[in-house]
Amino acid sequence: MNEKTMRKSRWQTVIFLLIIITLTYLSSIITSFSFADGLATIPEALGWMTSNLMVTGESLDKLPNILEKLAETTFMSIAATTIAAVVSLFLGVLGSKTTKVNNFLSVFARFIASVSRNIPVVAWSLVLLISFGQNSVTGFLALFVGTVGFLTRAFIESIDEASQSSVEALTATGATYFQIVGKAVIPQCLPQMISWVLFMVETNIRNATLVGILTGTGIGYTFDMYYKMLDYNAVALVTLTIVITVIMVDLISNYVRKVIL
Amino acid sequence: MALLKVEGLGKSYTADKKILKNISFEIKAGELVSIIGPSGAGKSTLLRCINRMVEFNEGKIIFNNQEVGNLNKKELRHLRANIGMVFQHYNLVPRLTVIENVLHGRFGYKTTMQGLLGRYTEKEKAAAFHLLEKMGIHEHAYKRCDQLSGGQQQRVGICRALIQEPKLILCDEPIASLDPNSSKIIMDLLKSISTEMGITCLVNLHQVDVAQYYSDRIIGLNKGEIVFNGNSTELHEDNINRIYGTKTEDLITS
Repeated sequence: MNEKTMRKSRWQTVIFLLIIITLTYLSSIITSFSFADGLATIPEALGWMTSNLMVTGESLDKLPNILEKLAETTFMSIAATTIAAVVSLFLGVLGSKTTKVNNFLSVFARFIASVSRNIPVVAWSLVLLISFGQNSVTGFLALFVGTVGFLTRAFIESIDEASQSSVEALTATGATYFQIVGKAVIPQCLPQMISWVLFMVETNIRNATLVGILTGTGIGYTFDMYYKMLDYNAVALVTLTIVITVIMVDLISNYVRKVIL
Repeated sequence: MALLKVEGLGKSYTADKKILKNISFEIKAGELVSIIGPSGAGKSTLLRCINRMVEFNEGKIIFNNQEVGNLNKKELRHLRANIGMVFQHYNLVPRLTVIENVLHGRFGYKTTMQGLLGRYTEKEKAAAFHLLEKMGIHEHAYKRCDQLSGGQQQRVGICRALIQEPKLILCDEPIASLDPNSSKIIMDLLKSISTEMGITCLVNLHQVDVAQYYSDRIIGLNKGEIVFNGNSTELHEDNINRIYGTKTEDLITS
């Protein structure tokens, strides 16, 4: 690379940065969002949070009830993720370029993944709430659908990336389609797939709170209920238990990842 | 009687560009034949037409008295089981053990269920260990393949091809990613496979001198056409120039 092209690429970086700054400035003007005003409200908000969002001895009485709901939500998220993982495995194998059966099924699998992924989980919750009513199946299905979309996409990419060469070799030995998938593709992609499933378990436990608020189930409902009763101490306790659960699941899945990879 | 007979073979991926043009040659059982030629000459495509990893458009290929182009799915599977294949990048399943990878070579003879459950007979397992011992890598049998060096992985690849009990082994640039020492081991092995076991080897090579030293016969390919087909002793400078389209002095031959 000579002097001239280097100077050119430096100019490109400067121009690129200027564009980003201009865009940010313009969007804040259009939406009349003032960053300075936003900053100014922070001390007050913090003051309110410290005075109201405190776990008190009184709210601890509600702990058993909260923990029960939290456990329910956690297990439901795990169930939704693992069942979605099984479905996604089939869709992933069908959708991948290296293992597809035919073009129609491949496009079909990618289409299902794309539809369920691109409609946000919030929208799914509300749509399913109308069709299935307020029960835990609705929350389960909302998480399930979103997870299938994401995991299928992730599995397709893992399969495409990891197994093309061994698929070619096994095809050349005269192996059947299922032998190739079962003995070359899945062993090769399994650690990556498990890693994605763990990621979705974490995400879903977090999402379950939101889905619960919308569909009136699980820990989300508990949160919503105390919030509407203006019982902010209990709200703080619910939030704290969720945070602790998410951190614990994070730690466990990181450990599992380290072991399998 | 020729084991493999290729007649007027033609292949094109797109309508305007032909990868292979009117390729005809014969290979007798037990021969080691090298295909040399510049990159993009169609060497890999030619090799893959023989076991129909790539479908060809014109001409016919007759392997072991069967016409390859007309086989149905079941017959094709049987054909592939009879033809071993060795790859430049070994194409093993890196996370599985050496012995598992070798036994994958038996899939062509098994039902889907037997293959999926990994049910191999004692005879097959014994054969796998015997082959590994012959290749000098039996102490690595239970190691994962990604822990092995390139030369060792290629020997696993050869074991996988041999356990198929093939009549023909297709080698797609088997030594292109190996150091000179490992390359020699692999080429010596291929030579002994053809002379001692009587298995025909068709090898794509980049190195002219390696091809001359090891093969019984050399086929030179340039832009999808055969420009040389003869004994390795008959390959002279003018032939090499025709194959590569340049003067020999300009090539790195060693």
